[in-house]
Amino acid sequence: MSDSILTSSEHGDGSIAHPGYGTFVKVWIALVVLTGLLVLMSHFGQSSAVWGLLLITPVKAWLVFYFFMHLKYEGPLLKVVVLVTLGTLLIFFALLFSDVAFR
Amino acid sequence: MSEPNHAHADHRDDFGARLGMWLFLVTEMVLFGGLFIAYSYMRSTYPADFHHAGTELNATLGVTNTLVLLTSSLTVALSIVAIQRGDRLKSMAFLSASLALGVTFLVIKATEWATKFHHGLYPNAPHLATLPHGEQVFFGLYFTMTGLHGLHVIIGLGVLSYMLVQVARGRICQDRYVQLENAGLYWHLVDVIWIFLLPLFYLAA
Amino acid sequence: MSAQDTPLPPSYLVDTGSRKGLLAWLTSTDHKRIGLLYLASMLTFFFVAVGIGLVMRLVQLTAFSHLITAETYNALFTVHGVIMVFLFVVPGLPAVFGNFFLPILIGAKDVAFPRLNLASWYFYMAGATVVITALFTGHGAPDTGWTFYVPFSLHTGTNVSLAVFGAFLLGFSSMLTGINFITTIHRLRAPGMHWFRMPLFCWATYSTAWIQLLATPILAITLVLVILERVFGIGIFDPTKGGDPLLYEHLFWIYSHPAVYIMILPAMGAITEILPTFAQRPIFGYKAIAFSSMAIAGVGSLVWAHHMFTSGLSQFAVMTFSLLTMIVAVPSAIKVFNWVSTLYKGSIDFQPPLLFALTFIFLFCIGGLTGVMLGALAVNVHVHDTYFVVGHFHYVMFGGTGMAFFAALLYWFPKMFGKMYSKKAIYASWFPIFIGFNMLYFTMLVLGVMGMPRRYFHHLPRFDTGHDIATVGSWILVLGLVMFFGALVHALFKGEKAEDNPWGGVTLEWTIPSPPPQENFQEIPTITTEAYHFPQEEIG
Repeated sequence: MSDSILTSSEHGDGSIAHPGYGTFVKVWIALVVLTGLLVLMSHFGQSSAVWGLLLITPVKAWLVFYFFMHLKYEGPLLKVVVLVTLGTLLIFFALLFSDVAFR
Repeated sequence: MSEPNHAHADHRDDFGARLGMWLFLVTEMVLFGGLFIAYSYMRSTYPADFHHAGTELNATLGVTNTLVLLTSSLTVALSIVAIQRGDRLKSMAFLSASLALGVTFLVIKATEWATKFHHGLYPNAPHLATLPHGEQVFFGLYFTMTGLHGLHVIIGLGVLSYMLVQVARGRICQDRYVQLENAGLYWHLVDVIWIFLLPLFYLAA
Repeated sequence: MSAQDTPLPPSYLVDTGSRKGLLAWLTSTDHKRIGLLYLASMLTFFFVAVGIGLVMRLVQLTAFSHLITAETYNALFTVHGVIMVFLFVVPGLPAVFGNFFLPILIGAKDVAFPRLNLASWYFYMAGATVVITALFTGHGAPDTGWTFYVPFSLHTGTNVSLAVFGAFLLGFSSMLTGINFITTIHRLRAPGMHWFRMPLFCWATYSTAWIQLLATPILAITLVLVILERVFGIGIFDPTKGGDPLLYEHLFWIYSHPAVYIMILPAMGAITEILPTFAQRPIFGYKAIAFSSMAIAGVGSLVWAHHMFTSGLSQFAVMTFSLLTMIVAVPSAIKVFNWVSTLYKGSIDFQPPLLFALTFIFLFCIGGLTGVMLGALAVNVHVHDTYFVVGHFHYVMFGGTGMAFFAALLYWFPKMFGKMYSKKAIYASWFPIFIGFNMLYFTMLVLGVMGMPRRYFHHLPRFDTGHDIATVGSWILVLGLVMFFGALVHALFKGEKAEDNPWGGVTLEWTIPSPPPQENFQEIPTITTEAYHFPQEEIG
C-alpha cells in the first residue's frame, strides 16, 4: 500500500458530477436481465446452475457496488477498502478448503 | 508526497462519514461471509442432500423477492438523485416506494417460512429429524441465513423510515444528504447479500 | 507559537459543562475521558480475573485441593479466560491508550466519531455486565473454557448462551472502536502529518483496527450460531444433526488467532514509542516497523488452524498452516531487531517505562519462540493442550501485552494525570513481578513438556514440585502487582506535579500541558519533521 494511494484517495468527494435517474434505471434493467439469465441457467441442470452462481452473481453484486453504492464516483480509498475485504474473505475460503478439499 | 487532508472535527466531513459507513459495511460483509463459509463447508460435505433439499424451496417466490429487493434498491438510489436536485417530494416518494417494497419482501418471506413450518421443515421439528443429515443442515442454514438477512431488512426499514422523516423535516436537503447516502449504502448491501442467497438456496442447490 | 500568549483552556479533568462529577464522565465524548473510563473498568476486571487465577493456583497445592469442587474449577478457568481475553487483553491498549493518545499523536482534537466512541464504551460495559450476570444466574457459571468448544458448549446445562451473548456485545464494541480509529487516521491528521511521519503507535493501532474489522465479525456470527444452536437446534455444529464441530473450530480460530495480534500489535506500538524517548535517538528502521505491523496483521490472519493440528485436519492443511505460522514470526523478529538497534549507541536514560519495555522484549521473545515451537508439527502434537500451551500464551499475553500495558501506563501516566509516581516504588515492584512471573509461567512450560494437561483439576504426584513452585510464583507476582498499582494510586492522590515533558519525548503529546487541555491543541500544529526527530541527534 503506497502512501500516494492512501492520501490522494481522500479527495474523491463532491467534485464529480452526480449521475442522473437514467443511469440507475439502466443498471436496474441490467440487474433484472441478469437475474433472468441466472434463472434460465438453473433450468439446464446442476452444473449449469453452479456456473450461473459463480459467473453471474458476482457481476450483479459488482453492478450494485459500483453504481447503486456510488463506488464509481468515489476515490480509490473506498474501492481499496472493498477489495481488501473481499480479498480477505477469498483467502479465508481458500485456506478453509485447503482442509475440506484434501481430507 | 501529497499533503494529507485534514478535515477537522469542527468542520463537516461527508467523506469521513461515508468512510465510516463503508468500514461498518466491511464488518457486515465479513459477518455474512462467515455464514457463506459455513454454507460452502457444509455443501461440500453433503452435495447430494443439499441438491435434494433445495428442490423443496419455492424458486418462484425466491425470484420474485429478488426483483422486489432490486427495485427497492433502485428507488433508494433514485431518491438520492432527487435530493441532489433539490426535489424533496420526489425523494420522499421514492423512499416510500422502497419502504413498501421492503415490506412486500418481508411478507413474501413470511409466507415462505410459514409454508416450511407447515411442512415440518424447521429446526428441532420431529419430521426434519427423520430426513438425511445434509437436509437437516441445509434447513438450519436456510433459516439462519434468511432469518439474519430478514433482520437486516427490518433494521433497514427502520433506518429508511427515519430518513423519510428527516427529508420531510428538511433535515436532509440538497446540500446535506450524507445521512441518506449512508442509509442507502446499508440498504444496497442488504440487497447484495440477497443476490448471493438466491442462487445458493433456490437455484444452484 | 502565538497560542501560548492566551490563557490555556482548562484540563480535561475539570468539569466545565452543565453536568458535574460522575455524570459528566459517563456522558463525555472527550476521547481522553473515554480512555480513562476504559482504564478504570478494565483494571477492575483485571483484578477480578487475577483473584480467580490465584484461587486456581492455590487449589493445585495438594493441601488446598478440597477448597473447591471440580465443577467450580471448570467455571473458574472459563471465567478467568473470558474476563482476561475479552475484557482486558483484547480491548486493553487500543481502548485505553489508543483512545487517549491516538488523536493527540496525529494532532487532532478528538476521534472522527466521538459519540460512537462513547457508545463503544457502553457496548463494552453492557457486554461485561452480561458476562458477569451469566456467572451468577441460570444453572451455574459456564464451564466450557473461554473457547466455548462445541459440542460440549451446546449441551452443557450451564449459562453458556448468556456468556456468549456478552462476548458478542464486546465484539461489537471492538468493531466500533476499529471503525473510529481507521477513519480518524485517514481524516484527522494534522497538516504536514503524512503517513510516514506518524508515530509508530498510530501504525500499530491502524493495523490493529483492520484486524478488528476483518476478523471480529466472524466471531460474532460464530457466537450467534452457538446461541441459535442452543435455543433452536439449527444443527450446524451439532454432529447428531449432521453438523460439524470442526467447522466451529475453524470459525472460532479465524477470529481468535488474529485476536492474538489485536492484543500484541498495539503493545508493540507502545514499546516503539518508549524506546526512542529513553535512548534519545530516532527509531531504527521506521518503515520496517510500520510495514511489519501491517504484515503481522495480514499474515496473522492466515494461521488460525495451527490451533487445530490434533483435531483431524487434512495433511495438506496442516502443512500449509504450519508453514504460514513460521512466516508470521519474521515480521515480529524484524521489530525486535529494530528495537534493539534503536538502543545501540543511544544515550540511555534508565527510567521505569524503559525497564518495563525491556522486560516486555525479554518475555515476548520467550513467548514468541515457544510459539514457533508450537507451530512445528511434531512438537505441537506432543504438547497440545498441555501446560506448555498455557505457559506460552501467558508469556505472550501477560509478558507481552501485559508488560507493554504497564510500560505504556508508566510512560504516559504523568501526561494523563499530571502527576508523577514514586520511581523507587516502581523499581521495587519490578523485582517481585519479574521473579514471580517467571517462577509461575516458566514452570508451566516445563510441566507441559513433562506432560501435565491443561484444565485438569487434579494432577499426578510427579507434577507436585512444579505446581508448588508455580503457586508460590503466583503469590510473588501478585505481591508485585499490588506494589505496582499501589504506587500509581498513591501518585494519583499524593504524587508530585508532573512536568509537561518529563522524559524528553519529541512526539506531539509532549508539546501540550500535563494533563492535556480539553480539545488537546489550541491551534492545530503543522508538522514539519519526522516522528522521532531529536534535536541533539542533528548536532551529534
